Amino acid sequence: MPTSAQPLVELENVARYFDVSPPWLNRILERQRRQVLKAVDGVSFSVAKGETLGLVGESGCGKSTVARLIVGLYRPTRGEIRFAGRRIDAAGPDPAVRRAMQMIFQDPYASLNPRWRVADIVAEPIRAHGLARSSRDINARVGSLLEQVGLASADGAKYPHQFSGGQRQRISIARALATQPAFLICDEPTSALDVSVQAQVLNLMRRLQRELGLSYLFISHNLAVVHHVADRVGAMYLGRIVELAPVNVLFTSPQHPYTRMLLAAVPDLTRTGMPRTAVAGEVPNPLDPPKGCAFHPRCPYADERCRREVPRLKHVAGDADVTVACHAVEEGRLAQEAFTAA
Amino acid sequence: MPVDAAPAIAPAVVAPTAATPAANMARLARGWDSDLAYSFRRSPVAVVSAIVLIICLGAALFAPWVAPHNPFDLATLNLLDALTPPHGLPGAKPEYLLGTDDQGRDVLSAIMFGARVSLLVGLAAVVLAMLLGVSLGLIAGYGGGKIDGFIMRVADVQLSFPAILIALLVDGVARAVLPRDAHGSIAVFVLVLAIGVSNWPQYARTVRGSTMVEKSKEYIQAARVIGIRPLGIMWRHLLPNVLGPVLVLATINIATAILTEATLSFLGVGVPPTEPSLGTLIRIGNDFLFSGEWWITIFPGAALVIMVLAINLLGDWLRDALNPKLR
Repeated sequence: MPTSAQPLVELENVARYFDVSPPWLNRILERQRRQVLKAVDGVSFSVAKGETLGLVGESGCGKSTVARLIVGLYRPTRGEIRFAGRRIDAAGPDPAVRRAMQMIFQDPYASLNPRWRVADIVAEPIRAHGLARSSRDINARVGSLLEQVGLASADGAKYPHQFSGGQRQRISIARALATQPAFLICDEPTSALDVSVQAQVLNLMRRLQRELGLSYLFISHNLAVVHHVADRVGAMYLGRIVELAPVNVLFTSPQHPYTRMLLAAVPDLTRTGMPRTAVAGEVPNPLDPPKGCAFHPRCPYADERCRREVPRLKHVAGDADVTVACHAVEEGRLAQEAFTAA
Repeated sequence: MPVDAAPAIAPAVVAPTAATPAANMARLARGWDSDLAYSFRRSPVAVVSAIVLIICLGAALFAPWVAPHNPFDLATLNLLDALTPPHGLPGAKPEYLLGTDDQGRDVLSAIMFGARVSLLVGLAAVVLAMLLGVSLGLIAGYGGGKIDGFIMRVADVQLSFPAILIALLVDGVARAVLPRDAHGSIAVFVLVLAIGVSNWPQYARTVRGSTMVEKSKEYIQAARVIGIRPLGIMWRHLLPNVLGPVLVLATINIATAILTEATLSFLGVGVPPTEPSLGTLIRIGNDFLFSGEWWITIFPGAALVIMVLAINLLGDWLRDALNPKLR
């Protein structure tokens, strides 16, 4: 795994709250209270150069909000986001940072302007940042970008609706690469695609990472996909990271009860016969999260302390790369064999 | 057919010869036009509507040269020719194709001159309403929050008054502010302002609604990630995607604006009677409908219907042609 002295992207205790209160008049008349949705509540992690960090979790756990915080679509409520050592959360849109950081979106049907030709879509970042002046240079660059993602340069004259989902996602990738970024945030880039096309897009992304030395933040709810692309994986639950570990460690010996539950729920031929804990319960209402550890209502190991005290992300004894936020793990109440022995 | 001879399908990638962005933009615009021209030639309805509209526009624009008579030159009027029926009816005179009104004015010429005023007021009022409504709607929809609340409450308040009342108000204010003798010469501008201002909330509402739908789509977020400024996003990304319903609304509104103008003229606050519009002609002819002289009101009415229909059909075609998914 690539390790370097300074991480490319760092998040420190980042939080983002949304005010989802009913309108003022309703609050007065119906005596409703202000409501705050803690979409992300104290998330810290870092991504090294050339690394892929996977972020997994159920719907609504705040994965996409983390992505939008990093690219600056949202301002964090608190915490620090640093890119190459520079803080980027407080300052306005800095062109240099915008260039170095691009995003690939989930829905390939909504992420391309339907009224623009593909060549214009891919050229937009080039024009916006003035990376090439003459139309000859822009056309040449767009053509080479399209070829880089496995399309023909003549495809630039077409409109997005003339392409399939996988091809559209390739166009998205070409647009993201147009500014020659160092860091790509991929928000569920394959979840709208067929399985066969998913593999093509994932392999394209891995090839580009090798060739261009890109770093990825790869967000997905699909554990198999994350297993395929990520170097390290963070599991999120209700706005917090509950476990952060190298991909092989997380997939073979998960520590946090939630990570175990997630992995146990994946049907997997190689793990046939393993005792599978059924996924218990629902994600609690994020407007009214449980006190203490947010996972305690669904956790088979929860005790009094879990209901009271929020667990912090801590290193696990014996492995410096693995951090877990769980009282039971910390106290050694969890039988390590429960998962791995099978 | 009034279509330029541009190639049916735009060149695949713009030829790499020009160096300036302006030349590049012009080339892009030409490519876009040629796509439109291709779709235009394949639609017979659009071609026929365009021909009809061009004839109407031409007749209105060049009325002083094309019209057989000048119905407003009192010296040429002959009261003996009053109420002459149109061609094919007993008592028709060859020089009055569509008959004459009670003062001996040629109906065909009056229609040509009247269409001038009607089209001018209708088009200008709709353009003004569109400019106001589209920009305010874009700002409200994209900005959201307090700006949105303020703009839309103003629109709501205005929509709770009938458009005619707003137009009367604007006209009244203009009359009070401007000197008495100046009013006649700028009556048309006041009328355009009155009708335009009274119509903008429809555009603002339509555009705001579509903007809010489009705003949440990921291509807008992608543009923000790239670092495009809000004005650029509104102008280049949102506007083309919200313009479809606006164009359809605008074509319908041209008819409404022409009718509003006729109503105002009827109420005595529109164009001066020395310069009647189509609406005024219909109203004047209405008095003779039951005494048998139907041509005085039917022909201006038919001219209005044909003009409005042609504009509407063209608007329909334009909406489909601008939607790349239907291409």
